[in-house]
Amino acid sequence: MAVLPILTYPDPRLKQESEPVSEIDDALRAFVRDLEETMHAGPGGVGIAAPQVGRLLRVAIVDCSRSRKPVSNHGRMVLINPEITRWEGVAVGREGCLSVPDYTGNVIRAEAVRVEALNEHGEPVAYDCEGFEARAVQHELDHLDGLLFLDRLVSRRHDLFRRKVHKKPGER
Amino acid sequence: MKDWFMVTLVGRDRPGIVARVTGALFEGGCMLGETTMMRLGGNFSIMMMVRCGAGRRALETMLRPEAESLDLRLHVDAIDARLHDHPQPDARITVYGADRPGIVAQVTGALAEAGFNILDLESDVGGTPEAPIYVLHMEGQAKEGLEPLRSALETLRRETGVEASLSPVEAMIG
Ligand SMILES: [Zn+2]
Repeated sequence: MAVLPILTYPDPRLKQESEPVSEIDDALRAFVRDLEETMHAGPGGVGIAAPQVGRLLRVAIVDCSRSRKPVSNHGRMVLINPEITRWEGVAVGREGCLSVPDYTGNVIRAEAVRVEALNEHGEPVAYDCEGFEARAVQHELDHLDGLLFLDRLVSRRHDLFRRKVHKKPGER
Repeated sequence: MKDWFMVTLVGRDRPGIVARVTGALFEGGCMLGETTMMRLGGNFSIMMMVRCGAGRRALETMLRPEAESLDLRLHVDAIDARLHDHPQPDARITVYGADRPGIVAQVTGALAEAGFNILDLESDVGGTPEAPIYVLHMEGQAKEGLEPLRSALETLRRETGVEASLSPVEAMIG
């Protein structure tokens, strides 16, 4: 296991599209372990994507069980060749990135998403994520398409009457 | 860090102010740090951190001709820069209601007492001249947690009839 160096913007690799994984083998599983260790080594990171360490592969990890305040989450999710197959609602929230130190900004994301992917054993997985975890999934999948949260910033002025569109019955 | 100044420019709004002021600074070899520039009513206001190795007097001399030709008032203060030192907000508060004297003082006073440290505040007057509404938007740090802020806002709602809402800000880092 190893902590890999994290690329920071303006490294051009962060703006490139990543390739789908063709074979899930021991080498890939070793890389996933390194990627996860790298995420844990970063300050407060709840997600990481392979291009952030210079591997242009469609691999991301999200683990919101590590968020500073408790949020609804599925624990550790390894997402290989992930696709978002369902979106619901809109929310503005604050994001930062391991690849963009010392800057956070407001970004509009879907409030809830379903993500389908393969895990590190090559098995299909699907997660219905909401809120903070849905935000993390969308942020990491953006990395696989060469997009940073900087590409989606909205000004503070534009979220005055922010409303939560997605609400479950009984939720306040 | 030395050589940093807070430059304030205020005057009637017209096209080209930002380009001309920042152009003069660039040609004078200065660097910009954090800035806010915006139209407030019919005025334009600029507040910017400027790094100028030649010192305060040189900076003023550099900006004076642009300020005079654009009819802007100019003010320069030496400051401690502290770039790359962003305190993170943990609450976002929006208050709005029919405009009346004292609304901002009352809201921010109650929030300060409840431990709210404002990092960023913007307010605007909308509605019609006959029935103006005031909109106040803040981000800040809740020094004593969110609960005292929620109850301060509840009291404000009850006692003054304003609408007030709080949402936690939790930066997602990934
Ligand atoms: Zn990121």
